[in-house]
Amino acid sequence: MEKIRKIVMTVCAWFLGLLWIFPLLYALWAAFHSGEYATRFAFDAPITFDNFRTAWNQAPFLRYMINTMVITLMILAVQLVLCTMAGYALARIRFKGRSLLFGLILMQLMVVPEILIVENYQTVASLGLVDTYLSVGLPYFASALGIFLLRQTFMTVPQELENAARIEGCSRLQIIWKVYVPLAQPTYLAFSLVSISYHWNNFLWPLVTTNTENSRPLTVGMAIFGAPESGVDWPVISAGTLISVSLLLVVFLVFQRQFVQSFMSTGIK
Amino acid sequence: MKKYNFVHAGLLLLPTMLLLAAFTHMPTLKTVWRSFFSIRTNVTGEFTPSNYQFLFEDDVLWQVLSNSFWYMTITVPASIIIALTMAIWVNARLSGRSLLRLAYFTPTVLPMISVANIWLFFYSPEIGLFNSVMGWFGHDGYNWLGDPQTALGSIMLMTVWKEAGFFMIFYLAALQGIRPDLYQAARLEGAGNLTVLWRITLPLLMPTTLFVLVNAVLNAFKMVDHLFILTKGGPNNASNLLLYYIYENAFSFFDTAYAAALTVLLLIILVFLAFIQFGVLERRIHYR
Repeated sequence: MEKIRKIVMTVCAWFLGLLWIFPLLYALWAAFHSGEYATRFAFDAPITFDNFRTAWNQAPFLRYMINTMVITLMILAVQLVLCTMAGYALARIRFKGRSLLFGLILMQLMVVPEILIVENYQTVASLGLVDTYLSVGLPYFASALGIFLLRQTFMTVPQELENAARIEGCSRLQIIWKVYVPLAQPTYLAFSLVSISYHWNNFLWPLVTTNTENSRPLTVGMAIFGAPESGVDWPVISAGTLISVSLLLVVFLVFQRQFVQSFMSTGIK
Repeated sequence: MKKYNFVHAGLLLLPTMLLLAAFTHMPTLKTVWRSFFSIRTNVTGEFTPSNYQFLFEDDVLWQVLSNSFWYMTITVPASIIIALTMAIWVNARLSGRSLLRLAYFTPTVLPMISVANIWLFFYSPEIGLFNSVMGWFGHDGYNWLGDPQTALGSIMLMTVWKEAGFFMIFYLAALQGIRPDLYQAARLEGAGNLTVLWRITLPLLMPTTLFVLVNAVLNAFKMVDHLFILTKGGPNNASNLLLYYIYENAFSFFDTAYAAALTVLLLIILVFLAFIQFGVLERRIHYR
């Protein structure tokens, strides 16, 4: 009885799993075959790389990829520095108005930048920053999630370590760098992976604030590439889609365990 | 060092607070302010509630609100239930569970825009995959995204697919944190599988459910990327959602004042929903 239950469960689980991975498998199939096999599945269908060649020539994928990488890494770097500073101050320095500031920061968890695109666009435009990397990053540089996670982690660091470092003559910045940062490494990794996948996939704000190849990331490029007006056929779109997800997918497959664990630990805190 | 505390804290928090003020707090206030000036009447600088009056007269808005309501009411519970099921399966030591977890989780890391392109092909009327498969069984198929009857449902289906794996991760983490002796005790008492699920697993997962719920509800309002690829809110606004409508008003119709009023409405809805979720649900949860 128990055995039958387990077999049924396994079959159901795998059925759902196949359903979930199917769009990706399908894109692989379509991208490597010519158009006539788009809905015909035959084992002897000849494999072709033409779709990739066409897609690559139809859109500046390399440029988009570089833009996405620069934007994602820039945002991450600024976030890590700012969140460390703010997280430490909120965790370890007693001052008047600390909980008020913390509350103001946490507001961003609900009033996410996506909701404020209209007003933020006005701000960025008035600064003359439209269509720059900086404009894509600005609303995300201060991250309530990152500050929250690091604050929670820093609070678990024993106060004695800080005191000892202070007796050794360390300044506050040195204490942060030498005591707190090394001890919070798992949190940094977790937050980094979450941040990278968020900004690699982000679309709405970059769509609003970029308008040329100079700063346009992959997601916005893909939206233009896949638009019906541009008249590309399905295998080519599939190939383009695979090109656009390839880098992130490879990173994800290599760091699969860390990815899953990172997403878990950001949820538990 | 104590006397410098205030200065140090101030310096450490200054960049963060400046950025948040510039891109979260000020824009929120400015949105409220802007929503009281009309560009519709061309009388600039006149304080007027006309944008809010127009909210009530705007038939499209009521359509959009009803869409957003159903979108949330269906996709949020559906993704949560599927996520929980996935988590229980992955946690149950089935064969190939790490591959299974990978399959469930992969849609989460892929960009919405890219995968929407694949789904667009599934849904497309003549050559699309769904209709081809239905054709094998002698059915004519549907114009999934072109028919007002099916457009919103098609959008929802893709959303559930994208979201479930993400929420699974949180349930999985929580399941792994449940002490095994609780299950052993329940077995000794002779509790069946359903009783264990209902009396032990689900109650212990309640904090996770609240966390997932808050995220899912927020996502239901902020995730509109796939609309840009699949339907652009159409046909005839049948699949238009609130944030997409805000985008349209601001960047296609260039009516930033009305977009501001809509943004205020969205903020009110989110605050209201957060209030319900924390106010009502939190009282029913027993934290360990």
